[in-house]
Amino acid sequence: MKAKFLVPLLLFFGLAGFLAFGLTLNPREVPSPLIDKPAPNFKLARIDDPASTFALEEMRGQVWLLNVWASWCVACRQEHPLLVRMARQKLVPVVGLNYKEVRGDGALNVRGMALEAETALAVERARGWLSDHGDPYVLSVLDVDGRVGIDFGVYGVPETFLIDAEGRIRYKHIGPITPDSLQQVIMPKVEELRRAG
Amino acid sequence: MIPELGHFSLVLALVLALVQAVVPMVGASRNRFALMAVGRPAAQGQFFFILVSYVCLTWAFIQSDFSVQLAASNSHSATPLMYKITGVWGNHEGSLLLWAMSLSLWTVAVTVFSSHLPEAFVARVLGVLGWVSVGFLSFLLVTSNPFDRILPGAGEGRDLNPLLQDPGMIIHPPLLYMGYVGFSVAFAFAIAALLSGRMDAAWARWSRPWTTVAWVFLTAGIAVGSGWAYYELGWGGWWFWDPVENASFMPWLLGTALMHSLAVTEKRGAFRSWTVLLAISAFSLSLLGTFIVRSGVITSVHAFATDPKRGLFILALLVIVIGVSLLLYAWRAPRLGGGGSFSFVSRETALLGNNVLLSVASASVLLGTTYPLFLDALGMGKISVGPPYFEAVFIPLMTPVVVLMMFGPFLRWKDDDLVAAVRKVAPTFIASAVIGLGTAYAVDHVTWRTVLGLALAAWVVLASVQLLAVRITDRAGAGLGARLRSITASWWGMWLAHLGVGVFIIGVTLVGSLNTNLDVKMRDGQRAELAGYSFTFRGVQDADGPNYDAARATIDVRRGELAIATLTPEKRLYRAQGMPMTEASIDIGPFRDVYVSLGEEIEDGTWIVSIYYKPFISWIWLGCTLMALGGVFAVADRRYRRLAVRETTLSTQQRTA
Repeated sequence: MKAKFLVPLLLFFGLAGFLAFGLTLNPREVPSPLIDKPAPNFKLARIDDPASTFALEEMRGQVWLLNVWASWCVACRQEHPLLVRMARQKLVPVVGLNYKEVRGDGALNVRGMALEAETALAVERARGWLSDHGDPYVLSVLDVDGRVGIDFGVYGVPETFLIDAEGRIRYKHIGPITPDSLQQVIMPKVEELRRAG
Repeated sequence: MIPELGHFSLVLALVLALVQAVVPMVGASRNRFALMAVGRPAAQGQFFFILVSYVCLTWAFIQSDFSVQLAASNSHSATPLMYKITGVWGNHEGSLLLWAMSLSLWTVAVTVFSSHLPEAFVARVLGVLGWVSVGFLSFLLVTSNPFDRILPGAGEGRDLNPLLQDPGMIIHPPLLYMGYVGFSVAFAFAIAALLSGRMDAAWARWSRPWTTVAWVFLTAGIAVGSGWAYYELGWGGWWFWDPVENASFMPWLLGTALMHSLAVTEKRGAFRSWTVLLAISAFSLSLLGTFIVRSGVITSVHAFATDPKRGLFILALLVIVIGVSLLLYAWRAPRLGGGGSFSFVSRETALLGNNVLLSVASASVLLGTTYPLFLDALGMGKISVGPPYFEAVFIPLMTPVVVLMMFGPFLRWKDDDLVAAVRKVAPTFIASAVIGLGTAYAVDHVTWRTVLGLALAAWVVLASVQLLAVRITDRAGAGLGARLRSITASWWGMWLAHLGVGVFIIGVTLVGSLNTNLDVKMRDGQRAELAGYSFTFRGVQDADGPNYDAARATIDVRRGELAIATLTPEKRLYRAQGMPMTEASIDIGPFRDVYVSLGEEIEDGTWIVSIYYKPFISWIWLGCTLMALGGVFAVADRRYRRLAVRETTLSTQQRTA
């Protein structure tokens, strides 16, 4: 066996070593630019009482989750039972951000619909969904046109933001929360922030 | 019931793949014909069961059986039938099944077209293909079962990713997979040659058509993919150096090198170990591409849902297949021996030079693609490698390739006279340089890239003409028709494919330097001007499809007084995923494309419209078509059929004698 014929094999093993190590990394874990920054403030109408509003400051002093959802979102349906269970166990307060309830639903045509009519329809749909599937939220607010969603850099529903007592975003979970991600990532972070606060 | 049938068929296919992997190999090593003969029926049976399995999966999609997890995640009851069918390969599991099916189809092709090959050799080839198939079928069954059920079934599916709901989806993946997987045959031939120690001109002649056909598929697949990206992604680019594009481009570069290396091995017996290494590497890079796409190690727009277990499995598969092959290579290749000697000035040298350059190009793409991973693994931060790197590396590597590519065919095999050869092509070379400089002078934005590109393109085209002229005048005597007819199909193939490279360079260069675009706000009746064309916005109508809502703009394109086209770009919102998509509208012409895509509506009735003027862009795909056509010509050469017939009769005579 001449040494030069072994070169391709050795090169390949080098590459394979890196690939193996690569499996332990997550290239998608791109740090969100908002992490550790103050959460964008908002003041939005509440679903339970559209006449009154809820502002982000009202949660100051608590460690809480902002969960972005919509009734048309299939993956939200998947994570919803877990949220309901979390609420029953009073693990951590969750505020719902109902995102583009009407205009996000491809099945509806909203072109030409007045904002008031859209808001009314959004309230009706969101309430109906919460009463069908259970309401795990401390309260939910309406982001009818998705502006707040843009401030938070939402690019898919569901997404969940962990916000600390000072109102800073500390973690962002993309996609439905799973029991694993709750126990192994989100709750430990919540505990840590509570201890720190 | 039907999904279970599909699952069961897949298990049966795995069993047959194991039989195909073991029995003929044993037969070949013990010289037992009865055992070797098992290979063909096992391979054909395996194909049958994979096909049944594939049909069952497709059935679940067509029937909208959303108790099958895969259908629930990738289909919807309102999806058009065509995209229900193609949705089967629009995800990890289904596309892997398509991968396995192409492998099995190639294997069946080997069983059918191998009657003129020695039995023991065919047995080894089928054995190697069987092992690859065992690997992929178990990968499917263990980590990625496409027939997994969810109980109770979903009421409605989540629909196929809207990006994939496009005619490109119908042909791009099958072509690409046939290309990728097709290199498995050349790979199996190489491994069989290493195992048997027999590696001669006959071996190269058998491998050549297989490699060429795979290369044709891959060329066509990549070209279709790039055309699809061009009109579907809505911003007029045609190549993005995305990791997954690179994953198909690396085997293409090495496949190109392999085709040429095989030519030398066949004609002159030289480059044997180099050819074997290329055959192994081309297929290895196909496998590596599969790993990159499916493991989640490198981010890409194409990536499938990833899962570390899958990544680990396929990495293990990679290490076994490639590791064992390269080990075998290190052990056996030194004994293959050199071929005929050749002097420094010869066609062999030109081909070797290009092979080395193509391999280096392939390696540099690999480096660029995996570099973010290296840095991340070494804790040096997250980066992404973009087009500037690839362009900086590619231009200096490909320039000598193109020059040599046209010079090589003027050289004789074994030994030639450098001065005479240079004298022959010098006028063409100088003319090309003049044309390059001249044309670049005539158009605006002269950059050195434009000059270089045009000079290279002129060199390819002029040298092609000269080559044809030389070829015809060489056969003096007979009439022109007879002289043309005497040229073999494989020569025409070479000529066309090389000319295709020239056409491709023209497209790339001109679209790169003359491309202009404009983003404008438009409302009903407004006009915009670009590159001598005027665009009048005629408002937006609803144009809803079966599973999406759409706004369709109507834009009249005129050039002076002449109405050129009415373009209708769309903005679609796919209902099931709430995902917006742009559908560009393009007026395709031989010398330019006018490309319009619709952006956001910013206020009532006012839209952002992106207009692109892309000169010569269709030449990119025309060039690819010529290359692929060249491959088809090369394979259609009469000598393959003639030799096949002769060898069959020979072996029949031997058997009867």
